[in-house]
Parts: sequence; C-alpha cells; structure tokens
Amino acid sequence: MRGITKRYPGVVANDAVDFTVESASIHGLLGENGAGKSTLMKVLFGLTAPSAGTVEIAGRPVVVDSARDALDLGIGMVQQHFSLIGDFTVAENLVLGSEPLQRGGLLDLDRAAADIAALSDRYGFRIDPRSRVGDLAVGARQRVEILKALYRGAEVLILDEPTAALAPTEVAELVGLLRRLRAQGRTVVFISHKLSEVIDLCDRVTVLRGGRVEGHREIGPAERDDPERHDALAAELARMMVGHELPDPPERVDGPERGGVPVLRLSAAGDGRRLGPIDLEVQAGEIVGVAGVEGNGQTELVEMVVGVRRCRAGSVHLGGTDVTRWSVRRRLNTGVAHIAEDRHGAAVADGLDLAHNATLGFQGRPPFSRRGLWLSLVQMRRLARGVVNRFGVQAVAVTDPLRSLSGGNQQKLVVGRELSRGPELFVAAQPTRGLDVAAAAFVHSELAALRRRGAGVLLVSLELTEILALADRIVVMSGGRIAGETSPSEVDVTTLGRWMTGGGAVGEPEAAAAGAAGAAT
Amino acid sequence: MTDTGNPPGADNVRPATGSEPQPAAESRPAAESHRSMTAELQRTLDSAGSAVARAAATDLAQGVGRAALIFVATVLAALVLAAPLIIAAGSDPITAYGALYDGSLAGQRPFAETLVSMTPLLFGGLAVAIAFHSGLFNIGVEGQLVAGGIAAGVVGIHMSTWAPVHVLLSLLAGAAAGALWALVPAALKAWRGVHEVITTIMMNFVAFSVSQFLVKPGGALEGEIPTGTEPVQSTAELPRIWDPTRLHLGIVVALIVAAACWYFIYRTPGGYRFRLVGANPVAARFNGISSNRVIVEAMLLSGALGGLTGAVEVLGTHRRFLDSFSPGYGFDSIAVALLGALHPVGVAAASFFFGLLRAGSTQLQLEADITRDMITVISGLVVACVAARLLLSRRAARLGRGQGRGAGLEVGTRLGQGD
Ligand SMILES: Nc1ncnc2c1ncn2[C@@H]1O[C@H](COP(=O)(O)OP(=O)(O)OP(=O)(O)O)[C@@H](O)[C@H]1O
Ligand SMILES: [Mg+2]
Repeated sequence: MRGITKRYPGVVANDAVDFTVESASIHGLLGENGAGKSTLMKVLFGLTAPSAGTVEIAGRPVVVDSARDALDLGIGMVQQHFSLIGDFTVAENLVLGSEPLQRGGLLDLDRAAADIAALSDRYGFRIDPRSRVGDLAVGARQRVEILKALYRGAEVLILDEPTAALAPTEVAELVGLLRRLRAQGRTVVFISHKLSEVIDLCDRVTVLRGGRVEGHREIGPAERDDPERHDALAAELARMMVGHELPDPPERVDGPERGGVPVLRLSAAGDGRRLGPIDLEVQAGEIVGVAGVEGNGQTELVEMVVGVRRCRAGSVHLGGTDVTRWSVRRRLNTGVAHIAEDRHGAAVADGLDLAHNATLGFQGRPPFSRRGLWLSLVQMRRLARGVVNRFGVQAVAVTDPLRSLSGGNQQKLVVGRELSRGPELFVAAQPTRGLDVAAAAFVHSELAALRRRGAGVLLVSLELTEILALADRIVVMSGGRIAGETSPSEVDVTTLGRWMTGGGAVGEPEAAAAGAAGAAT
Repeated sequence: MTDTGNPPGADNVRPATGSEPQPAAESRPAAESHRSMTAELQRTLDSAGSAVARAAATDLAQGVGRAALIFVATVLAALVLAAPLIIAAGSDPITAYGALYDGSLAGQRPFAETLVSMTPLLFGGLAVAIAFHSGLFNIGVEGQLVAGGIAAGVVGIHMSTWAPVHVLLSLLAGAAAGALWALVPAALKAWRGVHEVITTIMMNFVAFSVSQFLVKPGGALEGEIPTGTEPVQSTAELPRIWDPTRLHLGIVVALIVAAACWYFIYRTPGGYRFRLVGANPVAARFNGISSNRVIVEAMLLSGALGGLTGAVEVLGTHRRFLDSFSPGYGFDSIAVALLGALHPVGVAAASFFFGLLRAGSTQLQLEADITRDMITVISGLVVACVAARLLLSRRAARLGRGQGRGAGLEVGTRLGQGD
C-alpha cells in the first residue's frame, strides 16, 4: 500500500501511509487507540475508499472497491467486531454470500460442510461445521471467522484485534494456528495491543501514530526467546506508539484498611441453570478479582449482580439492602456502575451519537431531564464532551455517531460514562478490552482510585496479570461456581489452574477450552 | 508481561478522583439515590469546558437541508421509475402527471382533497414511525384504524353531550380502541417473543371481520345504508374548516399530534428510551431501561395513533362508520413513515405527497385513462427507492450484525438512527 490517506470530517485517520507486507509472513500492526490501524485495513479490504493512495499486490496496482474485490484478490479480513450470525450453523455462516449450489439450484450444505471440515482439519481449527455459532465460545467463534476468510480463498488474512476477547489458552491456540498458516505460505496482518503477543508471533511490525507510519521493525528469534531483549523490545515499541517514554510501571498501591462493610453480598445465589450457588462478598474499599476460563459463569454472575439475570435461588444484597427482586434501574440508582464485557452488545448503541451514548442510564435524572417531561440536548452534549475531555476519548464532535470512534475510544467512552456514576459498587467486566497500553493503565489507576475512595470493585477479567495487579482478593470461577479464593500475595498458579479447570488435571488448557465451548452464551 | 498488566500509577491518577475521601460506611447504597453520583457526574460535566455544543440552529438547518434533498430525490426517482409503467399502461407520463396535478393541487377543491387524504395518512405514518423508533414493525395500522373508527362511531352516535367534549371523547374512544387492538401483539411480543409483524397482520383480519359483522344487515350497528352505521351526531363531527370543501379540523389535530410526537421522540426521556430500545435493546436493558415495558408502551402508543387514523376519518370525512371506509391508509402509512425517514416533519411531508397521489388518482383515471392502481405502484416504488438508498450503501453491504431481522425493520431502524 502506498501513500494511503484517509480523511474523515475533522480527522485524518491515515496520512500518506506506506505499508508493505511480505508473503508467507506474519506482520504486526501497532498503534495507540485511534492511530488508524482499523482504517488502514478497511482500505485494504475495500470497506472504505481511501482519499488518496494506491494498493499493489505482487507489484501490480489493483483497485479494491468492495469486500468482494478484496476476496477475489485473495484478501480476507476478520473485523474488530464479530460478524457471524448466531442462529446459523458454522457451515451456513461460511457459505453466506457464496452459496454452493446443487444441480437444480438448491443449496448444497452437505458439500459445503464436508469442504469446511476438510479445511478445518488441515489447519487444526477443531471446528464442527454443523455446530450452531451461538453455542460456541468466543475463541471458537474467532476461529470460525478466520475459517470463513480461508474458505473464501484468502491468501492474505487481516486480523483486527483477534485476541482482545480471548482467554490466554485460546490465544495460545490461535497463535499456533497462525504459525501453521504461515508455514503453509499464507500471509497474516495481525493487530493487537498486547505487545508480548505481537513479539512472540510476528516477523515484522509497523507502528502507526496519529495516522502516520512511525517506523518498522524486524523481530528476530533472539528477541522472542531472551526475556530481557523481549522486554526491551516491548518498551521500544511502546515508545514508538506513544512518542515518548512511558512511565515505569508504578508500585502496587493497596487500599486503606477495608471498611469491612459489604457493598455486595451474594448468598447462595443462583440462576437455576448454569450459575450458582454462589457466596461472594465485595467490601467497601476492596477490589475482588474474578478469574476463570471464559464461559464458566462470569458473564452470568455479572448479569445477576446488575439485575439483568433473574436470581432464582439465594439472595443479592447491595450495601445491606436485599435487592434480589429489584429491577436494573433501581439497582443502578443505588450506586452500581457496570462495564459490560460485550461492548457492542450491551454497552452502546453504535448508530446513535456520542451524546446519546454518554447519557445512557442518566436520561431520567437532572440535569438531563426535569420530571421526565423534557430532555436537555445541551446537557447531554455537555456530558459527552465532558467524558471525552476527562477520559481522553479521541472524538471530533459529540453529535457524530458512536461508530465513527475507533474501537478503543468507544471503550473509553463507556468507562468514562460508568465512572461518572460515582459508583459504590463498580462491576467491571474486561474493562481494558481493546485499550492501548496507556489507556489500560489509566483505567487501572481509576479502579485503584475507586478503591481508595471506599467503593467496592468486582473485576472480571480473563487476564490474570490484570487481576494480579489490582485485586485484593481473587476468586476463581469454574462451572458456574466459585472454585476457590486466594489473595495475590499468596497466589499459587498451579492451584489456580486446577480451580479453573474444575479440579481436573493441572495444566490441561485443551480440556478447559473444551469445557468452555459448551457453556458460552 | 509488559502490557496491560501495569499496576495503577500514581502518575496517572487524577488528583480529583482521590481528593475527597468519603467515609465508607456512610455512603453505602441504601436509598434510591446517592451522593457520590452527583459529585462525580458534576465533575465530568465540568470537564466539558465552556465550548459546549449548543443544540445549534446551524446543525439543525444542515440536517433539514440534507433530509429535504433526500426526500425530493426519492420522490423524483419513484416518479421517473413509474414513467415506463405509465407508458406500458397506454398513456404518457406528461399527461398522467398533469392529471395528478389537476386532481390534487390545481385550485381550492383539489388542494382541500389532498389535505383530506393527508390527514389519516399523517396519523398512520406517525403510528408506524413511533413503532419503528422502538424497533417494532407495526403492520397493523389498517386493523387499528378500523377498530378506532368503530369506537369513534359508536361514541359519536350514542352519546349526547356538549360539542367539543363529544368530539374529544369520540376521538379518545378511537385512540383507546386502536391501542386495545395493539395490546395483543404488544403483550405477545413482550412476554412470549412472538414477532409483531405476524400478530399485527392477524389482528387486521380480526378487525375486518368484526367490522363486517357489526354493520351487516341485522348487525349491532346496522344503519340506513347497506354497509354503514347511522351518522354520528352533529356534536361529534369534526367541523369543516374551509367552505365549500370537505376539509375538516382533522388536519389541524393531525399537525398538532405530529408536533407532539416530535417533542416526545426527541425531547423527552420517554422518547430516548424508545429510541434506545430500537437501537440496541440489550444495551437498554443493561442500563435500566426495561425493553419489555418500552415494547408495550410503544405498541400501545402506535396503536392509539392508528385508532385516531380511523376516528378522524369517521368523524371528519364520512360522519359515520362505513365498513371498509379506508382505501388502505394503514398500509400506505408504512410508505409514508419510510419516506418521511421516521421524523415527524418528514412524515408530514410524506403524508402530503401520498395525500396528493390519492386525491389526484380520480383525475388520473379520467384524464389519462389509467387505472387508479397506478398510485399504488408509485407508492411501492417510493418504498423501493427508500430501501435501495439505505441497502445499497456500503455499510449495509456488510450484512446485518448477526441479528436475523427482516429487511423492513432493518430499513426502519437504520432510518430512525439518522435522527
Ligand atoms: N466512519 C468514521 N467516521 C469518522 N471518523 C472515523 C470513522 N472511522 C474512523 N474514524 C476516525 O479515524 C481515526 C482512526 O480510527 P481507527 O478505527 O482506524 O483506529 P484504530 O487504530 O483501529 O484504533 P483502536 O485501537 O481503538 O481500534 C479515529 O480518530 C476515528 O475517530
Ligand atoms: Mg481498531
């Protein structure tokens, strides 16, 4: 790609970007939130037309006007947000748009399924083409997305933050898969904010900053294997991304003595199905980390605390009040804030503007509304502008639709909105999903500040590092129950692993992932 | 691990957040509101600085200009596309559109007739639009207007009271009956997940049968003419406002209701809830907006507007309930709502255009010798043009994001988010 420039009203998302990928390699694309990574790849995949610049494949200039053009040229892309249809099977999803027909024009799903199974076996995807996508775990769904691109004949695969929603075991699996693809001569463009992943996997990286290319870097085996050089390289890349030295990771600051006052208490709570019974307490001034393999009840736990999921057994108390039967709204009004793990599904409406999204949950109270009769657009915009300024969201106008923000900036808006509720209980599910290093550190510091202020935080994360860095207590969920509790100072990874896999053999991520596959959503 | 595992940094902590330690035990959630929210919210609001975007007249003007352009382009495209069909029907477009003009705009009577037809279409268009804003596809306006017409007719015939009160009560009865007609689909959707497209269509047939049953010879509402009731009392009539034409007060009521709908949708928390449920019901639920409640409320409101559609026709135009008094206003309402981009102002403009087609259709038959069904063709083309504009856009080509929605709802939802 040469001289790619993409302008949106008020921003230059890509500014004369030259980007070259060699075949049969894995090329990392790095940059802060809003640096223009997704935009550049959307240009390559024909989803947006560049304002200037050309795309060349094997030295020949090509025109990519649509995703179909891109597919014809052997370029496939997995978007930052999932695009599969949950009610369809894997095979049905894959043939969508290029349905194989039998004689007589009938859809030949059997043949498709056989083709897909063969493809899946060849690269070790471990996907059954007949399973329903909605039943798959996030990691498996991610693999289906990749399989879909391959099924369409992609030689070059663009993966936009494929690991953001994955648990560590699933990441490992994906990494292995991508290496196999490279060995078979396919080319991968890999976008991620997790530097260690990028260093482990990529042959070469390009760093974007503010829409421009900041630099390229080859990554050698030495940097992959020697921990010291690995860290040095990560620091160097981080520096390239932000343009200045990053402050050293500061010391872990523990909260003052905990209040001993419970902000949240679950007593033998369960949903009558996958979750529970659960006993859990979050006290004022502490962060409780919930660890576990995806799909072991964390999602359901959060839903039950927020009130979206009916609690059919036991009770839920917020600050001493029994709220088991309370609606979501009443609970939020008592001082609960919540970052949803599925941002697009549960936290924002991406067709509405920033002002509407920032006001979500505030709409009925002053100064936005007076007695429910009047909604103040001015105040809504003021709130959105406030969130943008205070939490460093990169945005042009608060009347732009939310979808014009980059993925990480959407996340920042959600975090800012929820922090503005001044919560007594903060339920944070994957709060740093899609955030760059600096933004993630900022969110972590905000969580710590909440603790210091005397709020309770329930932190659900797939990343053990995040939990270890923040939590005062760690609980591990497995099979919808709490398998064990520990504290970061005395944490024992082996024990954690055993708890996560439901007491089974230690160190068997495969089994854990398979268990998760059955239980997701 | 060098990335997201960074512990919180003192450097990064905003002093503001930590500077007011609050006594933990005191501020536990117990009551319905709490202090720290106000403080924290105020802090964010204050971060906005002074350059807060006003609900500026400029961006309003911009939006209106763009919307008007799209509206006119859509209408013109439909008229151009209809030309070959007019030729195929044995006429020529110039004569045909000339006849439409003569029948709808040339002079006092044609213009009044346009407004007379516009009135029910405006109510109906608003009914469909309100439902669309909440992600619901109300195809049942035709049935709701029949129900509303019956109720308005009954109250108009059998009550006797002071004129303005009588009119008002008859209109309200129509609205209530329409809402009642929408209650079944609303309840089934909210508590059983039954798709409203199916149930509203079924309720249409129920309404048609009930209507026939009531006015047939020997039926409960049998009148002096074969398929109608007796006339309503003069106190229940919507007064004529432009002698010597048939134009009645209904058009004024409709415009007021349209203004109220605009206010409700865009300027109240209730309308905000509707639009949020339409845009993302799950996000709404996670933030304390009960999507079931909104579904019921939106469907009832939509049904009430549907009922008013029939009531104004009965009280203003026919002055009695007639079986099959509506030439398909309820179905045209869908086209009206889509052409109007679900915005009440657009819906008003669209209802005027469709009213014009209706009013001109007789002249079309007389002067150009084409069946009046041609206007149905034109309205179909309008819908096709609206859909094409939205569906051919790049974004839509990327397929819906995994929600198996009907194309109609997809179009409606996308329109609604355009604001
Ligand atoms: N459709 C759009 N309309 C207007 N601006 C846009 C649009 N899409 C992207 N932008 C802007 O372009 C810039 C780059 O966005 P992009 O999505 O490429 O960032 P990114 O590098 O992928 O960030 P992230 O890591 O947060 O996903 C951002 O400032 C964003 O606001
Ligand atoms: Mg991105």
